[in-house]
Amino acid sequence: MSAIEIEGLEKSYKTGFFGNKLKQGLKPLTLSVEEGEVFGCLGPNGAGKTTTLKLLLGLVFPTGGTARILGRELGDIEAKRSIGFLPEQPYFYDHLTPLELLDYYAKLSGVDSRERKSKVERALARVGMSDSGRTQLRKFSKGMLQRVGIAQAIVHDPKLVLLDEPMSGLDPIGRREVRDLVQELNEEGNTVFFSTHILSDAETLCDRVAVLNKGELKGVGVVADLLREVSGDAEVVWRGAQAIPELSALGAHCHATGDVVRARLPERLLETALEALRKSQARLTSVTPVQATLEDYFLARIGDDKPKEVNA
Amino acid sequence: MMGRLAAIAFNTYREAVRDRVLYNLILFALLIVGSSVLFGQISLEINRIVLINLGLTAISLFGVVIAIFIGIGLVSKEIEKKTLYTVLAARPVRRWEFLTGKFLGLVLTLTVNALLMSVGFFAAVMYVSHGLGRGDLQLVTAIYFILLEFVLITALALLFSTFSTPIFSSIFAFSIFAVGTFAEDLRGFAQMAHGSTRWAMTGVAYLVPNFAALNVISQVAHDTVVAPKLILLNTLYVLVYTGAVLTASVWIFERRNLK
Repeated sequence: MSAIEIEGLEKSYKTGFFGNKLKQGLKPLTLSVEEGEVFGCLGPNGAGKTTTLKLLLGLVFPTGGTARILGRELGDIEAKRSIGFLPEQPYFYDHLTPLELLDYYAKLSGVDSRERKSKVERALARVGMSDSGRTQLRKFSKGMLQRVGIAQAIVHDPKLVLLDEPMSGLDPIGRREVRDLVQELNEEGNTVFFSTHILSDAETLCDRVAVLNKGELKGVGVVADLLREVSGDAEVVWRGAQAIPELSALGAHCHATGDVVRARLPERLLETALEALRKSQARLTSVTPVQATLEDYFLARIGDDKPKEVNA
Repeated sequence: MMGRLAAIAFNTYREAVRDRVLYNLILFALLIVGSSVLFGQISLEINRIVLINLGLTAISLFGVVIAIFIGIGLVSKEIEKKTLYTVLAARPVRRWEFLTGKFLGLVLTLTVNALLMSVGFFAAVMYVSHGLGRGDLQLVTAIYFILLEFVLITALALLFSTFSTPIFSSIFAFSIFAVGTFAEDLRGFAQMAHGSTRWAMTGVAYLVPNFAALNVISQVAHDTVVAPKLILLNTLYVLVYTGAVLTASVWIFERRNLK
């Protein structure tokens, strides 16, 4: 069964002084997320990732289309018992301590009072916050708040966890811990849907990804399949002092360091390039296929739209 | 459902009582109650009247300020800080439950505050009157009406909070409180008008919340008995008016996109 089924979901906002203009926040979107999957929603800022999440969670209302979460129609309050959500740049009731906050959320999620204390403590332990449970949240750094945010998303043992930019504001160690936690949740059989513009995280974690830009779905699929879509490059290395004009003419990016020259070019031009090297009697050192990355796919799909913020 | 309502109400109460501004306001109100004893001493023979008038007015006004000050932020602050995302997005909490819980939480806060201030007030009355008599039960009625006033103004502040910014909400809430304080006069003016103007003015005068009917401070200060019928009518009036205002708040909030 699909954990999330989206069919033609769209959202337009009224803009302008008199609200007479329409801005499409999300163009009709159709995709599904299978149970037990780690699914990444990628795109630059303003791509429609957060809008998609807010539509799924009933924070904003769609102007078209439908969606089902865990087999229930959009807006069915019962589905929310099994959903965990981390908003982007979370901000919590700062007069509370993490223990109080998580207890409050667990209560709202309907966690039995006998289990509540142990679940709260377990969630805090999972994000490495056991020692800070009794400190008021107003004294926390951004990274610590992000951890509390993740703890509140998992305190009631949800089947589906939706994370909006979960790595945002975290240092490399924190990012690593979140990645481990996502993998752990997945190993326990949970579905994780997260939005990010940090492509390396998506590449490491996701079974499948969807790429959004300007409110439109640009591509969706298994990461390895998507990477196959963007043609791979090859790197040719030879001994010499400078680039060979024939290779530059082929469009290869040449770079000389000392007496070694490296050239990167599409694999389909490899034979021609090697022939040119042979003719110029260059001493070939190596030929290596360059693995395409999600960033290559991302740029290929939305390259024309010039994304503003893309971190590799 | 009751568990969720209670949890939201208690969290609202806890948030309010952990705010230092609240204590400053309560302290200020108690200082005014205390100072009314001094004012009474320089007003020969009428020290009790001055104390009751000043003391109850302080409890009422500071309560209204707290109700508006916290009430206008009940929803808008949660949207601005995005704290309600984690409540409404991924918890089985309906929007009307969230609003009602917030409302009940603030009413609980105001009731506790009013009781604390009333303790100070009765201590001052005991000091001036050398004890409490049966007639002082009227003071309890006046305080009950002040609590009804808090319920009504909280509902109105919450209503404005569902569609407006805190600044505009506070302007609306204070304005409607000021107009409602003169509701009886408005009704009188309406009777003096003619034709369609009279109908329109009467309509407006009856739509405005009647805070004037909830103010019996001067009456009890002069030991005039408050009619039991007024207690019943005021209770019913506040219940119906608050119900209507809360329904309107829910209607607006249920349709709002939480961007």
